[in-house]
Amino acid sequence: MAAETLATPDTDPASPAPSEGTAAPQKKIGETLLRADNITLSFGGVKALTDISFEIREHEILAIIGPNGAGKTSMLNVINGFYHPQQGRIMYLGAERRAMRPHLAARQGIARTFQNVALFKGMSTLDNIMTGRVLKMKSNIFQQAIFWGANQREEIAHREVVERIIDFLEIEAIRKTPVGRLPYGLQKRVELARALAMEPKLLLLDEPMAGMNVEEKEDMCRFILDVNDEFGTTIALIEHDMGVVMDISDRVVVLDYGRKLADGTPDEVRANQDVIDAYLGVSH
Amino acid sequence: MTEVSLPPAELDTFPKLLERHRAERPGRPAIREKDFGIWQTHTWGQVAEEVRNLAAGLFSLGVKRGDKVAIVGDNRPRLYWTMTAAQAIGAVPVPLYQDSVAEEMAFVVEHAEARFAVVEDQEQVDKLLEIRERCPGLTQIVYDESRGMRHYTQPFLHHFDAVQAEGQDYNKVHPDFYEDEIAKGKGSDTAIILYTSGTTGTPKGVILSFDNVMKTAANGVKLEGLTDTDESLAYLPMAWVGDHIFSFAQSYVAGFCVACPESSETVMHDMRELGPTYFFAPPRIFENILTTVMIRMEDAGRIKRGLFRYFMEVARRSGIKILDGKPVGMGDRLLYALGQVLVYGPLKNTLGFTRIRLAYTAGEAIGPDIFDFYRSLGINLKQLYGSTEASVFITIQPDGEIEADTVGKPALDVEIKIAENGEVMFRGPGVFVEYFKNPEATTETKTPDGWVHTGDAGFFAENGHLKIIDRAKDVGRVNDGGLFAPKYVENKLKFFPDIKEAVAYGHERDFCTAFINIDLVAVGSWAERNNVAYGSYQELAANPQVIEIIKGHIEKVNRDLAADPQLASCQIRRFLILHKELDADDGELTRTRKVRRRFVADRYDSLIEALYSGAETAYIETEVTFEDGRKGTIKADLQVIDVAVGPGGETMMKKAS
Repeated sequence: MAAETLATPDTDPASPAPSEGTAAPQKKIGETLLRADNITLSFGGVKALTDISFEIREHEILAIIGPNGAGKTSMLNVINGFYHPQQGRIMYLGAERRAMRPHLAARQGIARTFQNVALFKGMSTLDNIMTGRVLKMKSNIFQQAIFWGANQREEIAHREVVERIIDFLEIEAIRKTPVGRLPYGLQKRVELARALAMEPKLLLLDEPMAGMNVEEKEDMCRFILDVNDEFGTTIALIEHDMGVVMDISDRVVVLDYGRKLADGTPDEVRANQDVIDAYLGVSH
Repeated sequence: MTEVSLPPAELDTFPKLLERHRAERPGRPAIREKDFGIWQTHTWGQVAEEVRNLAAGLFSLGVKRGDKVAIVGDNRPRLYWTMTAAQAIGAVPVPLYQDSVAEEMAFVVEHAEARFAVVEDQEQVDKLLEIRERCPGLTQIVYDESRGMRHYTQPFLHHFDAVQAEGQDYNKVHPDFYEDEIAKGKGSDTAIILYTSGTTGTPKGVILSFDNVMKTAANGVKLEGLTDTDESLAYLPMAWVGDHIFSFAQSYVAGFCVACPESSETVMHDMRELGPTYFFAPPRIFENILTTVMIRMEDAGRIKRGLFRYFMEVARRSGIKILDGKPVGMGDRLLYALGQVLVYGPLKNTLGFTRIRLAYTAGEAIGPDIFDFYRSLGINLKQLYGSTEASVFITIQPDGEIEADTVGKPALDVEIKIAENGEVMFRGPGVFVEYFKNPEATTETKTPDGWVHTGDAGFFAENGHLKIIDRAKDVGRVNDGGLFAPKYVENKLKFFPDIKEAVAYGHERDFCTAFINIDLVAVGSWAERNNVAYGSYQELAANPQVIEIIKGHIEKVNRDLAADPQLASCQIRRFLILHKELDADDGELTRTRKVRRRFVADRYDSLIEALYSGAETAYIETEVTFEDGRKGTIKADLQVIDVAVGPGGETMMKKAS
């Protein structure tokens, strides 16, 4: 569990390595990136999470599923430092994480999207994604106002990263459109773009496909898989569409009433009697 | 720079032309592409080098003289370069429609015997991999975008960069290779094979020689005075002959710059940034742009809306005359100039039309209102008539002689004659060599002395302009021998927003009649504004006021038709408004919303009888299929309306009564 320091030859190229034409082997799930140990979170008398332990491994797509109120979003909020569990600890990058605020989690490479889109509605797609780069910017507001020399070069470099993401997610056509005017499916995509702009190690997606039609879901699935594949980003997502979950995730964690019911590959989880009783119902 | 300079005759292939541009204008832009939000420009010098490396790369990959190279993807500079590179080493590019499904691709790839394919991205690679078993001749695939290709390990897949790098090495070792290869090409060689989309039967591969393509392109350049300072937007499918001529051949001949949009969704936006001077679009696109403008004006503030209305009226009055150089009063001229500052200029700027010197439309009939809208703004929009077999240009409207319902005069060096059955035939330098591996079709279409059957019926109007009226096989005769062109009449009717669909009858009858479908949106909004209550389509369609409006439209069409002695016999004598909308679910329309004339005639047999019997009403019961599959019947008593006809229709009127 000494995590990322264990650099076995085939797990090491964590960086995207977009070298052309390299016949990459099937993707390798790496070592543990983040581990939750016995997390318990309560709000007053309400126990949102009880004694939950699981791990997120490098390069994998992990789905967190469960009925409404099972504690899925609370779990994500714990991971990105928004909630502080009363008990238990989070191990991230091999070290125990102190209680922290979300922006510090962001600085450590954890990015997220929200269940109900949280974008700046009046700003354009481009500007929204640019905000994802803020943490990486060195120049301050006054230097940026002058926009000369190094600051200009910095802005251009950031813009280039953003443009690559726009190209990747195929949202060129809405680059200059105020986000508030976009349909829901596209807003979700912009939110994903902003999260990607942080170049995260761990990407948390809270119901990335909620409220989408079939075609939009298919597109989103493809983007999630592509992000995971091309950038090697580790992804933890919450999703209710079981078809999607079983299709794209490497492992699934099932929560129910704040407790962990099961944890394993989609096939294992699908066959687990507790999970069927509590959530999936009779398999069809 | 503004003088039209045509290339000398000894430069008879595109690779040779490219070498000339390398020497004469190495620093001028040749092609642009918007990528990562920025217009990336490649100069003629750079393009020549890219093509040289690519040609040697393709050669190293095994492409030989006479091989066919399939090209699939959106308009991308690299795919255009592939065309020239293939031609340079004597291979033949075969562009495919990028949105065709694997099934359709299999046919073309197999029929063309393509051994190589150069494609844009993973999507196209996947399609080719899918059909590979059926097309064993396809040996190597080159792709441009590496996204999603990381797990593809097949040895016959190559990245574009790798092929070019290989070629660069080859050129270092064999510095004379490229020049020797392009010297071997000559004008009569096959330049390209373009597959016609094939609405009837399977696609046919039209072989065009360098002479065909280059002479036609040069004639167009000469006629319109295109120079190397022009700029155009390449956004229509590369497999379509129009794109090949406008975006490739003419760019090489005149040396102007072509820009590839970022994606198909950003075309209008890119257009605005770029401001092309030379633009082609089918009528549908011009119509969409106009609709967008109108909708946005509805949302604008009162002052802006008022300004727009007022100055569009001014433009309607005098804009077209000014464009055509006809006399216009001083007052109107001043008003138009003011309108230019306040309305037309900003509007054209928003649309990306500011710099347009020349815009073409073709493919189908364009509504006169749409056509006049653009022309009244001062945009030189012209119609042309063309086909793949002609390397596009058959007729073009000369400047100053523009009408909404003709397609203009024969293009340079093109002869046109009307066959006895009314079919338009042409002969000229652009006439295709033959259909690839299809001698029967070739003899059917092309006479030994070079005349080509277009399959379209038409005639020359008094001013020498060609009018296309319909597909030749659909044109009939009324009983007194007059011409009956159903589609021509229907199109004229459908240009009224109130009329959604029209079906005309008249072949082997005494006079012409029509079924009308009103447009529920347009007529519905009229009803709302005029406090006319209605509960259904059927009720609205039977409203006397609505019938009166439609009657007015038909009378107007009749007046137009009467003005043309050849078409006077097509005037609509009686009509009725159908009690239901024609629907694909009921088999009355095809899925692409074309009327199935025969089917409709059978189904509404009793209505047609009523139209010709002199009855004033007709009773009909129709079975309809609802969207959920249930069936029901609609019963209606329809009114049959008589319409006044102009001269030429008179004789038939007498006969009818």
